[in-house]
Amino acid sequence: MPFLPVVLFTDWLIGALLAAVAVLVWYVRGHEHLAAPWQRVARSKSGMVGLTVLAVYVVVGVLDSLHFRPRLEAGEPGRPVYAVEVLSLFDVIVGPLRARAEKTYSAPFATHLYAKEALEPAGGRQVRDYPRLKYGGAHLADPEAEFAGDVAKRVVAGVAAGALGWLVLAALLCALLARRHGADLDRAWRAVWRGETDVPWAVVLIVVLVLAQLAALATALSGGYHVFGTDKVGQDVLYLALKSVRTGLVIGTLTTLVMLPFAIALGIAAGYFGGWADDLIQYVYTTLNSIPGVLLIAAAVLMMQVYIDTRPELFATSAQRADLRLLFLCVILGVTSWTSLCRLLRGETLKLKELEYIQAAQAFGVPHPRVISRHILPNVMHIVLISVVMEFSGLVLAEAVLSYVGVGVDPSMISFGTMINNARLEMAREPMVWWSLTAAFIFMFVLVLAANLFADAVRDAFDPRLASLGAAPLRLKPLPAGRVQGAR
Amino acid sequence: MIAYILRRIAYAIPILIGVNVVTFLLFFTVNTPDDVARMHLGLKRVTPEAIAKWKAERGYDKPLFFNTKLSGGGQLTDTIFYEKSVRMFALDFGAADDGRDIAREIGARMWPSLAVAVPVFAVGLLAYIAFALVVAFFRATYIDFWGVVMCVAMMSISAMFYIIGGQYLVSKLWHLTPISGFAGGADAFKFVVLPAAIGIVGSFGASTRLYRTFFLEEINKDYVRTARAKGLSEVTVLFKHVLKNALIPILTGAVVAIPFLFMGSLITESFFGIPGLGSYTIDAINSQDFGVVRSMVFIGAVLYIVGLVLTDISYTLVDPRIRFE
Repeated sequence: MPFLPVVLFTDWLIGALLAAVAVLVWYVRGHEHLAAPWQRVARSKSGMVGLTVLAVYVVVGVLDSLHFRPRLEAGEPGRPVYAVEVLSLFDVIVGPLRARAEKTYSAPFATHLYAKEALEPAGGRQVRDYPRLKYGGAHLADPEAEFAGDVAKRVVAGVAAGALGWLVLAALLCALLARRHGADLDRAWRAVWRGETDVPWAVVLIVVLVLAQLAALATALSGGYHVFGTDKVGQDVLYLALKSVRTGLVIGTLTTLVMLPFAIALGIAAGYFGGWADDLIQYVYTTLNSIPGVLLIAAAVLMMQVYIDTRPELFATSAQRADLRLLFLCVILGVTSWTSLCRLLRGETLKLKELEYIQAAQAFGVPHPRVISRHILPNVMHIVLISVVMEFSGLVLAEAVLSYVGVGVDPSMISFGTMINNARLEMAREPMVWWSLTAAFIFMFVLVLAANLFADAVRDAFDPRLASLGAAPLRLKPLPAGRVQGAR
Repeated sequence: MIAYILRRIAYAIPILIGVNVVTFLLFFTVNTPDDVARMHLGLKRVTPEAIAKWKAERGYDKPLFFNTKLSGGGQLTDTIFYEKSVRMFALDFGAADDGRDIAREIGARMWPSLAVAVPVFAVGLLAYIAFALVVAFFRATYIDFWGVVMCVAMMSISAMFYIIGGQYLVSKLWHLTPISGFAGGADAFKFVVLPAAIGIVGSFGASTRLYRTFFLEEINKDYVRTARAKGLSEVTVLFKHVLKNALIPILTGAVVAIPFLFMGSLITESFFGIPGLGSYTIDAINSQDFGVVRSMVFIGAVLYIVGLVLTDISYTLVDPRIRFE
């Protein structure tokens, strides 16, 4: 084999998560009452915008989770030698982006390095000047004269490719819709743009158009330039930002995945059984809750770091070491965040326990585990789901802060936090190195905003209390002014 | 009422003991003191003598829970658990790795933290309530819609970008305030104003949106409809009826945060170089000074419990329907 597959701990968990989501989707599709709230999500414009953007991030993250170690040429025929460096499928796809490292900082679209160096022009004596970049704009013979024309050419090519790709996608979608409703393509196309479809496809298509254009432009331009510049060790910032996506997604999803079993089991047990079990579980979560989250995380991560550092023999590659720390960070973030969900579930179970149908089940002698799994669990799942999606964006933001504090991901792991942390020190330079921060800001903002929009849509669709109160926090269609009923 | 408060305080004791045990287990059983010493002294080529010396200097050269070498009370008190954990209940935190007394340090660093945190809390609360009220007044119009969109967008920006952006604009471009630092007395104002303003802006989105839903929840109630039916103007209804009742969840929710004002904000203080408890904690984390981190965990837990008791008391104060028996 030309490579050795490496499955990190987090890769396993991501795979498990994807499988669970797939099973869930399949199951929900077969049950009308479960599918109904999801159809409400699908009809929400802001929710679909969020979901579309999130889907792109997820694709990047999943591609970045298929790891391997490439084979080195040096090995003998019988015994292959593999590189210490762990790459992912995503690294292969964006290949040049990763490989084309400069010496140090360079501004976006720069053709020259950020710092002056001693150069020796042919036949002349030494001068200090900005050297040309190894890759950024290296194909231009005379950067000043050719730069604008070259960029324009690439922009045109990018826009054209993006538009073409989008047209193909839009046509595919319309063909699918047409087939499902037994209409022709033309009819489906017009229905989409007139907003006659249940799902706001027009909005989705507009988002896809924007994303396709950006992706095509980035691809076309990064063939010859560093679109977001390069960082201190010369790595392309666009590549760093894209790699950060996986870290953010892992923190946002695995944390809740890790803590869910505890929160559900303990929360329901406390509410259902009451008595000493309730007292004990309440004591445990009040105790954990009363330790300030950041400090508990800091203490735990510090101890974990000592453990890792004093046992270097456990890890074959540095990626595995960084991955264990990432997983541990998820676990400890989960420990600090499961308490609120646990409390919610306990309260809801207390309420459900008194309802007639559960009392009837108990009177018929249905054993407790069965009452819980058939009657309680399905009726608290909406709370679980809402808290999972609501928590996601907070966790992505928390990662950056924790990495800044020094208790986040491993410094060698690319994440939004490490990007900000490294870039922050360069703010005082003249001229300022602003591009790393900008890239981290844009990628993080879009991710968190999309997650927030999606989470709001899910909450509105699943929360029965909101439905009756009508206090939907974000409506996309404002009611006509002058109506006095307030929220809907 | 007093009996209730006393009972709440009695409840706090087992929780504090739990916190203490959790932190102790975290700090001393995941890694032995030997591991920690090796970590501090550099991982390679550390002699056993150096480790023993490091441990002796910091009082880690004792058994964890039970000292078999001594007799009587010394068996329990001359242990790491007693020295490092139990004594925290008497607010005796011991010395940091640089030899300074942690309790004194905390007492001195509390004030800069408060200087930033109190304005953020007070002015922030007013600003969020005012803006949420405006949005609620213009509910179901485009002002409401775009207000909420702005809140969601502001929620999606990491606190660090507010700080970096604020420092760049206000300090670097406009030269209005110093970039970082702190001074006592009246000079403190110019150092505090920017971090405080950024603190307020940073949680503007989430808070305003939350308060808006409180207002809207209240606006839909029957007594508000009655007030309108009486012919009261919308402004009167909003200020005399809705505001008063919506303040109950807002204030009781805010009370829990009051004790934490002492702790300061980790990132704000470290970005602005304010010598408060937040930056103290960060420095301790970065230099792996476990004594300080442990002390801050304990203080944080105490403050959290104080906050819970305060919240309960504030409920009875603002809402006469609630009684604690």
